[in-house]
Amino acid sequence: MLNLKRTPLYEAHVALGAKMVDFGGWEMPVQYSGIVAEHHAVRNEAGLFDVSHMGEFIVKGPEALNVLHKLLTADFSKQKIGQCMYAIMCYPTGGAVDDLIVYKMDEDEYMLVVNAGNKDKDFDWITEHMQGFKAELVDQSDETGLVALQGPKSVAILQPLTDISLDSLKPYWFAKGKVLGKDCLVSRTGYTGEEGFEVYCAAADTALIWDGILKEGEGVVLPAGLGARDSLRFEAKMPLYGHELDENITPLEAGLGRFVALDREDDFIGKEALAKQKAEGLSRRIRGFEMVGRGIARAEYPVKKDGVVIGHVTSGMPAPTVGKNLGNVLINQEFSEVGTEFDVEIRGKDIKAVIIKTPFLKKEAK
Amino acid sequence: MSFPSELKYSKDHEWVRVDGDKAVLGITSHAAEALGDVVFVELPEEGDAIAAGEAFGSVESVKAVSDVFCPVSGNVAAINEALLDAPELINSDPYGEGWMIEIELEDVSQLDELLSAAEYEAFLKEE
Repeated sequence: MLNLKRTPLYEAHVALGAKMVDFGGWEMPVQYSGIVAEHHAVRNEAGLFDVSHMGEFIVKGPEALNVLHKLLTADFSKQKIGQCMYAIMCYPTGGAVDDLIVYKMDEDEYMLVVNAGNKDKDFDWITEHMQGFKAELVDQSDETGLVALQGPKSVAILQPLTDISLDSLKPYWFAKGKVLGKDCLVSRTGYTGEEGFEVYCAAADTALIWDGILKEGEGVVLPAGLGARDSLRFEAKMPLYGHELDENITPLEAGLGRFVALDREDDFIGKEALAKQKAEGLSRRIRGFEMVGRGIARAEYPVKKDGVVIGHVTSGMPAPTVGKNLGNVLINQEFSEVGTEFDVEIRGKDIKAVIIKTPFLKKEAK
Repeated sequence: MSFPSELKYSKDHEWVRVDGDKAVLGITSHAAEALGDVVFVELPEEGDAIAAGEAFGSVESVKAVSDVFCPVSGNVAAINEALLDAPELINSDPYGEGWMIEIELEDVSQLDELLSAAEYEAFLKEE
């Protein structure tokens, strides 16, 4: 594969027998032992993902918060040092430039973790719109490695390797400390719907940390690829940029309204359009559905009612834990009620499906 | 991966087992492995007429869907209904219990265009 970027773990993936694919310009493992086995490992025990392709930006300076508030949908004024917040970066139309997580590193210093495929676009967009603010933007992506340990056994595997007290780390909080003797930032975050951690480290230390976690979790943890990452996030109803959210799908349509602080006093790019959309009511929205007829819906397939196109599938697959053929659809508002039946056009044939409640996977309370 | 020598192969990664004027078809172990865990199979109906080069069904993994092309023309004589409930047979036994359809050959000369096991293996190395 020519001209694809590689993470510091490329050799490790090849040695593990991974099937490598082009993902947003990166040569990444889509699976090792198999998507289904890796998916179940994360739900039942643990899985380890290489997500070093993600982008990490630092925004710092006396007006760093102002930059975030101009560019992002969330309200960061009450964010504490050590806390992570999810937000969307919008165009003036309300469509999304990207979705990302903001880590408050210090007063006036934030780390933005962005999607790999959007990194360059995001950097240019932020640079353009922070002009005049007393803040600087630094791209640390190339110097940063990132692995995600996910699943119910992740605390048991990671705790012996780190001086950070993982039990006292709440969801969406992070701490700095040592992992396998190396300086790391560990956050209780992930993209699977399971509990778990993301470990940020120096690019040069990534292989040591990856190997060390696999060794510590031997017999329990499986290396897991992008295929399982997608099926896990899908069951947990987490959006994937380019599918449930993109430049033409607003966060309100995507069902992400709770991350959009329309009541914030200062304006962010896209706020006006989103406030208008909310006031006028949505004409379409993302919903989950289950196939009734025999077939698997895939992204881009048209959905129809009485032969008329009323939307399209944004993600679809046989959901490994739920055990059903499920999908997300961007569908006209009038057909978005739970229980509404419609057809998915699968390779020329109309197959029946029905809107169901999400998330597809209901986790038992602990 | 194995490629039984008694079978013929297509460049679209299907295999063909000829038995008189009928032939049984499936996908090769190479195709099954490339796709990963097969979780869903779509097959034609008995009696359907299929032209050489046409898709007669599909195999799907969690991640992807692949059409399966028919390298020969004819009517579908039988389908492997076991695959509808146990699609994983395509991974576990691609040349045996993972067979997909049986077809009544319309033109046996179409078989000449298929590859031998050795030719198919050489083709895979080039690909």
